[in-house]
Amino acid sequence: MSTSPSSPMPVAVSRTRRPAGPARTGALLALVLVAGLLGACTDDPEEAASPPPAAGGASADGAASCTPDDLPTAVDPAAVDDADTDGTTVKLVTHDSFATSDGIFDAFTADTGIEVELLTTGDAGTLVSQSVLTAGEPVADVLFGIDTTFLCRGTRAGVFTPYESPALVDVPDDLEQAPDHLLTPIDVGDVCLNYSKAAFPDASDAPAGLADLTEPAFADAFVTENPETSSPGFAFLLATIATFGEEGWEAYWEDLRENGLEVDASWDQAYNETFGAGTGDRSIVTSYASSPVADVLYADPPRSEPAIGVVPDACFRQVEFAGILRGTDHPEAAAALIDFLLSPAFQEDIPLNMFVEPVNERAALPADFEAHRTTIANPLTLDPAAIEAGRDRWTERWTEIVLR
Amino acid sequence: MTARGRPAWRRLAWPAVASVPVLFLALFFAFPVGTIIGRGITDGSVLDVLRRRSTGQLLWFTVWQAAASTVLTMAVGLPAAWAVARVDLPGRRLLRALVLVPFVLPTLVVGAALRATFERFGLDGSGGGLRLQDTVWAILLAHLVFNVAVVVRVVGGYWAFLDPRAGEAARVLGASRWRVARSVVAPRLAPALWSAAGIVFLFCFTSFGVILTVGGPGRPTVETEIWRYATQRTDFATAAALAILQLATVVVLVLAVNLLERRTSTGAAARRPVPPARVRSWRRRLEVVAALGPALALVVVPLVVLVERSLAVGDGHGLANYRALGRTTDNGLFVAPLTAVANSLLYAAAAAAVAVVVGGLASVVVVHAGRRPGRALDLALMVPLGTSAVTLGFGMLLALDEPPLDLRSSRAIVPIAQALVGIPFVVRSTVPALRAVDPRQREAASVLGASPVRARLAVDGAVVGRTLLVGAAFAFAISLGEFGATSFLARPDAPTVPVALFRLLGQPGAELRGQAMALGTVLAALTAVSVLVIERLRPRDALGW
Repeated sequence: MSTSPSSPMPVAVSRTRRPAGPARTGALLALVLVAGLLGACTDDPEEAASPPPAAGGASADGAASCTPDDLPTAVDPAAVDDADTDGTTVKLVTHDSFATSDGIFDAFTADTGIEVELLTTGDAGTLVSQSVLTAGEPVADVLFGIDTTFLCRGTRAGVFTPYESPALVDVPDDLEQAPDHLLTPIDVGDVCLNYSKAAFPDASDAPAGLADLTEPAFADAFVTENPETSSPGFAFLLATIATFGEEGWEAYWEDLRENGLEVDASWDQAYNETFGAGTGDRSIVTSYASSPVADVLYADPPRSEPAIGVVPDACFRQVEFAGILRGTDHPEAAAALIDFLLSPAFQEDIPLNMFVEPVNERAALPADFEAHRTTIANPLTLDPAAIEAGRDRWTERWTEIVLR
Repeated sequence: MTARGRPAWRRLAWPAVASVPVLFLALFFAFPVGTIIGRGITDGSVLDVLRRRSTGQLLWFTVWQAAASTVLTMAVGLPAAWAVARVDLPGRRLLRALVLVPFVLPTLVVGAALRATFERFGLDGSGGGLRLQDTVWAILLAHLVFNVAVVVRVVGGYWAFLDPRAGEAARVLGASRWRVARSVVAPRLAPALWSAAGIVFLFCFTSFGVILTVGGPGRPTVETEIWRYATQRTDFATAAALAILQLATVVVLVLAVNLLERRTSTGAAARRPVPPARVRSWRRRLEVVAALGPALALVVVPLVVLVERSLAVGDGHGLANYRALGRTTDNGLFVAPLTAVANSLLYAAAAAAVAVVVGGLASVVVVHAGRRPGRALDLALMVPLGTSAVTLGFGMLLALDEPPLDLRSSRAIVPIAQALVGIPFVVRSTVPALRAVDPRQREAASVLGASPVRARLAVDGAVVGRTLLVGAAFAFAISLGEFGATSFLARPDAPTVPVALFRLLGQPGAELRGQAMALGTVLAALTAVSVLVIERLRPRDALGW
């Protein structure tokens, strides 16, 4: 399409040149390929020899601490009450699963004079990576949506400013997983096995725990998400590591693979398509303890009982946190927003929008949620520092075992 | 303008015109991408990553799947291009509009539709049958569905201008039809073939959603690995090294394609499109069906699945999903899905406007500003097509943070990012038309007393004005469907249709899934309508797309 009318090359000449075309094509294609093969042909043994650098100035003893090298001065709760925040705008950056009722921040604005502006980015991993990238010069004032599995990566990279909200008195202590109050717990959810009630009408036929999934009875029945691309997928990998330990989890996954495991890229694909929300090819899926609530709430046609059940054993607990971003121009207004996120008004709005539970013990659960939720008595958990230290190694090994 | 003033004016004119696209590209592409790569790179990290054996395998698979997808797309697209360009079919405009719909649909929607299609035809491996799902074949097939429009439109647009008399003469002299196709048509079509193949390759090279959703796990490409290292691992060193690898490959590729395009130019295009031939015989009718069938089936089947799913309500069918699009409540969005449609239209209009201004000026530079600068700009404008959305998205966040360019939380950043993808399309539809302007018309205008600027505006302007609209609508349609960069930059209270769709699909509940499918259908319809509008605006004698 580049024939120029003013081209000095007459038609006849270009015709005689045409035979050069294929040869040139080959040469150029070869060039493209060579550019790539150069990398492959060197004699460097394997990438294991040079592990990818960990985030945020990690030291050799990776698991040691989630505290940044320089801990910023904490925002003083007393100063928050005294600050004149009227007319400021606070930016709240979250992941793309964040959801609230309409106008949830109106009461906060009426109360404090602070406007809230929402920003969003990709998934939780993208949110954390973006905040690490912009640490000290943040895109927003408050971040919501960093969870147990990413906690250490964010806190260690110096993304947050400490703040101990007075509202934490109503929050169970074991949910405060971040050191030095760098992050404030806002909600808690459990990643659990779900099963189709159509496939297992009798709950006693459904798997009772992780070990059952390798049984012949559940061959070709289980679909989970790739831990490299999906948050519940990674949480489930952690559940197996918490259950079988560093020595045993790899063998467990080999057995799972033997038994016909399917892996999808995203929760949507696994839950909605392969599991078909209880009607698909696969009858067991990695999802959330709250999935039956959503199943009833958005059922089409409406029904009163969920079509899916939850395996209450072997659930991995994910706490989601909010934090004041270091470098904010409005630390007091940001702290006031954290207080609001912990207030019953916001906490009670969480369950039916994000399908996780509030951390504030004074917050009442909506009746719809209460009716269909599964309480997980003994959730599994791992230390955030251990998760950060093991994360890349585990997912690398997982990929080798399950996908190769 | 005085005779004496002209040389100075002329010396300054091209830099002045060129400065707009050059500055745009420098500020919104080179600067952000350079910043993010500069941030990620540490001593030796690039060499370290490039030397890994896995990097070689990664690049090999990425190039291989893109090349195979391109060959397949050309094979299916060429016969359809012929039929659309050469045969006087009823509803040609509708056909040309229809093939473009999957091209702009979010990969999530097409991916879901493809999977459903595999299931319907038993190609998902159930029952021991042939298994397409989660294989590399599924990737190739999905790329085919997405990109067949590029071949049909780019090659078809050019084909309509090829003088058929040379081929007819060869036939009279006894050449077989195959011989004519090989020795007469193919060589003259070559520039358009390379142009189309280059674009398809770039899209497949940087394809993201298709690789993750249809290809199944465990088939990473350079693009998906950049995303994984940057977003999931927070390992910017590896991501930056891979981004450099991607950029280098894309630059080499764009250079190669450009060279091939020019080397194969024959100047054989007619000044006006050749009128398509009537279908007279049954044999010809069969040929047309055979030529169009595969391309059409590939485009229509996923669309039918999408529409069918959007109408599925409970155990029957109905319009409830569409009615729900107007409601704000209980959808996990912050707005009614229809608001996302309004946002998308607004962003797309802005992106198209930016693309037209920047791309229009760039086209003038490409055609008139001398070979080297023109070619360099043409090439540079193609590179964003082959750059990963993560690199650009993170780069913009990092680079554009100082006043007066503190754009990272501004709404303006979305259309700017989308325009980067639209500009090459504007350039590619405008440049052929500009080149086709007969210099004698300008001379005639000068003889009649018009100044050179006036002559250029009056003559070129008339032609380009119309083709710019074609490019504008193309840019408009592309930004309607853009997801990658937008998902980094769009605000939750102002989602675009693809972003809203993604959020609807990301939540449990059949109802929201139905709404997502309805929203996807609305997007498909919007796209078809905007493309039909393109076809209306399209002058009969315009070259290009």
